[in-house]
Amino acid sequence: MIYNSLILSIVTFIYGLAGVIYLFAWIFRKEGAAKLATWVAVIALVGNTAGIVLRWIESYQLGSETGHAPFSNMYESLVFFAWTIAVLFLLVEKRYNNRTIGAMAAPLACLALAYASFSPDKSIQPLIPALKSNWLIAHVITCFLGYAAFAVAFAVSLLYLVKSKDEKSESNAKLHIPPLSILDELTHRLVMFGFLFLTAGIITGAVWAKQAWTRYWSWDPKETWSLITWFIYAAMLHLRMMRGWRGNRIAVLSIIGFLAVLFTYFGVNFWLSGLHSYGALSQ
Amino acid sequence: MEKTTKITPGYAQSLWRFLSSLKLTVVLLFCLAGLSVIGTLIPQNISPQDYVRLYGLSGYRLLLLLDIVDMYRSWWFVGLLLLLVVNIIICSIDRLRVGWQVIFVRDPKFDLEQYRRRKNAISLESGTPADHLRDVFMRIVTRGYGFKRLIPIKGGFAITAERGRWTRLGVYFVHLSIVVLIIGGYIGSKFGFEGFMALPEGEQSATIELNRTHQTYTLPFEIRCDDFKVTFYEGGQRPKEFRSNLAIIEGGQEVLRQQIVVNAPLYYKGIGIYQSSYGRLDNETPSFGWGQQAPQEIKLSIQSVASGIIYDRTIKPGEPLQLPEGLGQLVIERYEAAATFQNMALGPALIATLTRPAEAAQTITLPLKFPKFDAMRRGAVIISVVPPKAAPAEERFYTGLQVVYDPGVWVVYTGFILMLVGCIVVFFMSHQQVVIEAVNRGNGCHVLVSGKANKNQMGFQMKLQRMAERLMAAMESNETEGAGK
Ligand code: HEM
Repeated sequence: MIYNSLILSIVTFIYGLAGVIYLFAWIFRKEGAAKLATWVAVIALVGNTAGIVLRWIESYQLGSETGHAPFSNMYESLVFFAWTIAVLFLLVEKRYNNRTIGAMAAPLACLALAYASFSPDKSIQPLIPALKSNWLIAHVITCFLGYAAFAVAFAVSLLYLVKSKDEKSESNAKLHIPPLSILDELTHRLVMFGFLFLTAGIITGAVWAKQAWTRYWSWDPKETWSLITWFIYAAMLHLRMMRGWRGNRIAVLSIIGFLAVLFTYFGVNFWLSGLHSYGALSQ
Repeated sequence: MEKTTKITPGYAQSLWRFLSSLKLTVVLLFCLAGLSVIGTLIPQNISPQDYVRLYGLSGYRLLLLLDIVDMYRSWWFVGLLLLLVVNIIICSIDRLRVGWQVIFVRDPKFDLEQYRRRKNAISLESGTPADHLRDVFMRIVTRGYGFKRLIPIKGGFAITAERGRWTRLGVYFVHLSIVVLIIGGYIGSKFGFEGFMALPEGEQSATIELNRTHQTYTLPFEIRCDDFKVTFYEGGQRPKEFRSNLAIIEGGQEVLRQQIVVNAPLYYKGIGIYQSSYGRLDNETPSFGWGQQAPQEIKLSIQSVASGIIYDRTIKPGEPLQLPEGLGQLVIERYEAAATFQNMALGPALIATLTRPAEAAQTITLPLKFPKFDAMRRGAVIISVVPPKAAPAEERFYTGLQVVYDPGVWVVYTGFILMLVGCIVVFFMSHQQVVIEAVNRGNGCHVLVSGKANKNQMGFQMKLQRMAERLMAAMESNETEGAGK
């Protein structure tokens, strides 16, 4: 019996629940509910972790040939994506002692898992030759750490826009959101973190491609889109630093950057074809 | 340099300023991002027929004109990359000219007054005079700081310390790495090659077909495939492993034997040999037929049209055979490995002469692959060759090898390392300077903790705070010690 996907579908709902409680606590300013939301999110994270570990174990139970670290296809990478989003936003929450980010970030984790559950093939498959590489594992982990940081930065940027709009409006609702300067700083830190890991992800991907397909770079759509994303965030870092861009404009750029991330991950698979549509890797 | 700036001070200077500006950087980055999208929407390097099918003839002409069929190598895309390189180099020169003195200074200056006035400075009061605190403070403050100095001042002392001055170089590493990467890519495309070889088991070859130009290229050595195996996972079509046993032959000598699988290539003299695909050798030599020579005995099947009975007979080439039911006499004249009939390729066939009673002899063709062929003659007898029982054909494979030489790859990898190290330094390290000042005031002294960092102000402020707490603790223990005496 395979339990990991069952656990993971339950976890999807727990993340959703956490998101709803966060939102409730935020709108009605209930400190107790916010604490509850954190605990629910922690439970979801524990479940998510258990799902990943179980999938790992169960892949070996299916036979030593089938066993592999669960970072090798769309489904598994999305599960890991949700996990990293949860870890990052809980860390940010603790560090900045503010429980509003979860209202934006927990739904993202829920969406990632929900989307994962639509994957046509959730079963554990043995690895085809091209995927048997430690560089692949490094590639998936670094990419998704980067993507998750960008996702949380996206959530923070949304908060920023909400707050800055609210401060300008007449009916200043004094939403319980951290000060704009902190949100801005937080976006910047998250983007730096994401940029580092996206860079590492592109590099590990290149090294893997070199070994499996002889070329470190072949301009296939997925590679190109990750480079486009990288250019966007590089431009953002420079704008912020030299032109002193802050606030709204940086928040908008961070949202555009995350859209590019989404396209790199989902759009390319749907609309463009290339080496990376995992299924096609079998050569 | 001096002269040119004198002749055209305006132009040279504004060109320099343009090329070093960050505005240009941002514009270039957005242009590169935007233009790269094109190549993901319009397929690259496919055949002209496919382009015409997709975009029509005039569309294809336009794509050709704008170099979009191979856009990542087009003059305008490469031009943008070069502009980025120039931008990086000039900008770095510009900033290093100023930054050099800051980074490579032997004796960093500390303007005490400036630190006293900093908003983030923390004030502490102590019950002990400054002198008693000096050693203890020195020990605490300088932990982890590379540079430290004690400055005696009126009525007390000041300690200055700093670390991470070199981290200001991190950003130059990041930018240098981009130049290195582009150079590495250029070396690879200029001096490298990349081609494919389909090598049947047991054979050797030194010829590859280049991937981009489809020309053949001869390697400085031969590759022999001793064995190829593909294994599948149980009960499925999922391949598990492709494995080739290769040998490198140079000047007639076998110099290396190695097994390769996907993800584990073989390198010889810098040339990489990668397991990329495989295929089954089929019907390369006819599985019907006997190769170049017919055997001494040939089995025929002879059908009488009148009775419908099929007779099996054995015939020897050149020796006449009497057909049953008085249908005549057959002589095998010769065997052709690649026979034709009215310009139609039939593959291997026997050419025979059929002589019927009271009829002129006629030449008939008996192709091995087409047993019904003789029926088209509409004679009284239909003769076909019983195909030789295909010896349980041993499955033969060819291994598909990508053979790649890329002298730039180590340059590129160096760029990767530079970039990662640079990013870590830029994002997570900073140049920090702290100043602690203790001045006697009354019975005790006044302590000021101040400092600055070039990045991550929030994090640094927390650090200062922690340092102030540690100093406080030291002062308190000092006081109790003093009281105990
Ligand atoms: C793909 C190209 C580029 C990448 C990936 C890149 C990356 C970076 C990174 C990561 C930083 C540090 C940002 C931070 O501290 O938050 C930075 C800073 C900087 N970059 Fe770039 N950069 C690129 C191109 C350029 C170019 C072409 C220029 C030329 C003008 C340039 C000029 C600068 C400057 C002046 C800084 C600030 C340095 C400082 O902090 O003192 N960059 N760049």
